[in-house]
Amino acid sequence: MSPAVTETAVTIRVDGQEVAVPDGATILDACDAAGVDTPTICYGPTLTPVNVCRVCVVELDGSRALVPSCSRPAEEGMVVYTDSERVRHSRKMVLEFLATGVDVSQADELGQWADHYGADPDRYVPGGETMDEPVRVQDNLYIRDYDKCVLCYRCVEACGDDAQHTYAISVAGRGFGARISTEFDVTLPDSACVYCGNCVAVCPTNALQFKTEFDLREADDWRPEDQTVTQTVCSYCGVGCNLELHVQDNQIVKCTSPDDHDVTQGNLCIKGRFGWNYV
Amino acid sequence: MPPRPRGPPLADLHFGDDQPTEAELAAVDAIVPEADAATVTETERLVRGGRARRQGLRHLLLPVLHSLQHEIGWISPGGLNGAAERLGVPPAEAYGVATFYELLRTTDPGHRDDVVHVCVDPACALASAEDLRASLEASGAKVHNSPCLGQCDRAPALFVQGVGRPDRVPADDGEDFRLPQAGDPDLRVLRRVGVVDPTSLDSYREHGGYEALVRSVEMGPDAVISAISDSGLSGRGGAAFPTGVKWRAVADEPGPDKHVVANCDESEPGTFKDRVVCEHDPFAVIESMTVAGLATGSVHGWIYIRGEYPRATARLEGAIAQARAAGLLGADVAGTGQRFDIELRRGAGAYICGEETALFNSIEGFRGEPRNKPPFPTTHGLFSQPTAINNPETLINVLGILTDGPDAYRSVGTERSPGTRLFCLSGRVGVPGLYEVPFGTTLGELLDLAGGPVGPLAAVLLGGAAGVFVGPDALDMPLTLEDAREAGATLGSGVVTVFDDTVDMEAVVVRIAEFFRDESCGQCVPCRVGTQRQHEVLVELQASGRPLAPQRAELIDDMALAMVDASICGLGHTAASAVRSAVALGLIGNSS
Repeated sequence: MSPAVTETAVTIRVDGQEVAVPDGATILDACDAAGVDTPTICYGPTLTPVNVCRVCVVELDGSRALVPSCSRPAEEGMVVYTDSERVRHSRKMVLEFLATGVDVSQADELGQWADHYGADPDRYVPGGETMDEPVRVQDNLYIRDYDKCVLCYRCVEACGDDAQHTYAISVAGRGFGARISTEFDVTLPDSACVYCGNCVAVCPTNALQFKTEFDLREADDWRPEDQTVTQTVCSYCGVGCNLELHVQDNQIVKCTSPDDHDVTQGNLCIKGRFGWNYV
Repeated sequence: MPPRPRGPPLADLHFGDDQPTEAELAAVDAIVPEADAATVTETERLVRGGRARRQGLRHLLLPVLHSLQHEIGWISPGGLNGAAERLGVPPAEAYGVATFYELLRTTDPGHRDDVVHVCVDPACALASAEDLRASLEASGAKVHNSPCLGQCDRAPALFVQGVGRPDRVPADDGEDFRLPQAGDPDLRVLRRVGVVDPTSLDSYREHGGYEALVRSVEMGPDAVISAISDSGLSGRGGAAFPTGVKWRAVADEPGPDKHVVANCDESEPGTFKDRVVCEHDPFAVIESMTVAGLATGSVHGWIYIRGEYPRATARLEGAIAQARAAGLLGADVAGTGQRFDIELRRGAGAYICGEETALFNSIEGFRGEPRNKPPFPTTHGLFSQPTAINNPETLINVLGILTDGPDAYRSVGTERSPGTRLFCLSGRVGVPGLYEVPFGTTLGELLDLAGGPVGPLAAVLLGGAAGVFVGPDALDMPLTLEDAREAGATLGSGVVTVFDDTVDMEAVVVRIAEFFRDESCGQCVPCRVGTQRQHEVLVELQASGRPLAPQRAELIDDMALAMVDASICGLGHTAASAVRSAVALGLIGNSS
């Protein structure tokens, strides 16, 4: 429970509705407070906003360009529009752009927003460049399918400053050729990766998957509708990380931890994340 | 060569098995000696050195990578490990930085020959760069296609990237430099260019050098900034932000850890003004930066210059050394008791690093990705400290404002665009080169000054790839910020590329789209994907030989609007402007 603190409130106007949010909150927080649903891709509640996907942009009075709601602090008196023609257009184009070069078939939320904004990725020049990367299966814990990567930087942030401080991966290359990569694309076992799987946990498009999930999908036997989720506490050490065991056909198929859990904030170590074969 | 052991592994970083060779370690040593390594000592439980020491060294990553590239010819896995370990940088991050730059290679070229970069951008393409390229290749040279090399006045341009030998620009050899306007008494920014000896502080002083610094010390910081505000000076890089406002904001920030940065990374296709100025009047850049340092109360000065400008780099370094020796830089600038010194950093082939926040990231040793604004550089600039960043043309204007006063400065130009402006003329024009004219000169007058168009005028590209095409009907347009804006054009960085009716404009526009695709940093979706898809649409149009289909025109507009509205930085904001203006003018898409 949060201690009672007096916070300075900032009042801003979202689509004509006045909302008060604590000092330091973002426009996205204000949109949430106003009950306005906002699409996000690169934003994660446990990560520092990098504002690269630009799907959460809103129109801000007095600003020439649209502004990313995830990172822009709310300031007293701001007037924001989240459903203007310009906002709808840019959001549609971002979703369309991503769908032209990336396999977004397993990014459910993204697909729903694409429908919402009427994205039409088929209107582009046929045969355009795509990510065109082979699936990297280098161990039994998780796989990397960069055909599904939207370069949201979330895995890089989770591996680096925002959670793990391992820095096994970075963005390499430039422009459309940019990719998430280890140094010289060495395999994960040869890299600094410690297999905490925190990158897998934050990936919004399933480009990073548990090997168990990947195998089941390959066998056309991945059935989320038949899965149950069991909350438990990790049995390895005394920290007390909450685990969510995803079970299909009486087998654990993956393991997550809740973002809002005080101890983990969604993060685990290799043992909690992957060490359940003994169950 | 046998590998040299790298010492005990860093406790918290993981390095692969690839070891640096002796030569690679020597290249690293040249920038960061072993004694200065990020980690000092290490026991089983402790790493002495720590985070602060690492952060303090990170800004040397790009210089170390430059050193490896120059000595070895590429950044090998062992070389990268050697560099990353010395600096305490995770190798994945160092790789991310190395792969960001065009002048750094991360694949083995299989040779140690120099690499000849041939410019393929519009002015050079018009000057038969393709033929030059073919003949170089036939002669066995290792050739690499390059974006604009900033030598459009002497196209076609070459830059030779040396391995184990200095980089060089063949056109510099024995060049008898002369400004087209040499001897014109009305020149201001260019008045010493081609007159003063750029390698001599004494010569600079004989031509009025350091009078402005003396004057600025007499006036005091507040009056200096007021004079600049009164003059109406605005930035010459394209955004035209008022210089006085920028300096005042930095001056108002507390503490001495503030920065003055000279942005000499001009890479806009068609721009070469700052190269000419830095090569032929380098002390003026140093003096004006010093004025800025004293006025804003900053102690740190930085020059960030294109990696493709070896002569300008050498002359600026020479000027810094002489100024330092004369007590005009250092702990006590010109007897004022104030500290100000300048470090020079070379870019490594990335147009985006001319964007101010990308430039900061590049100096700091990170990928040259622009930051979201706000916060602005005046409060959160280099190393997140207050920073005044200007390009050389803007800075040099300050000298005349101080020696002659703001009123004299305003005696030419217009009310809203006072003073003079540098223009880089290239392409199908009589005398390509750098020109200085008062704001308000018409485009036609400027072209006449440069000998007029060669052949019937088809179009002029104003402001470079990020600018717009205008047609012959724009010859009467006064070249001012306000008139350009009203006409939906821009002066940008002063690019004026001239095309006559023999030029294949579709090829020019496809190349501009390719330029943006290549130079997008890839960080934000609208620009990363938008520049790619825009290029594909134009390639399709060129191949079809048919008029632009309405749905393709709509797609171009849709992509442009998203790039303008939702990109992080100016590259995305302007990546479609030349393309759209070419469509609007009927320069492309009309084939029948």
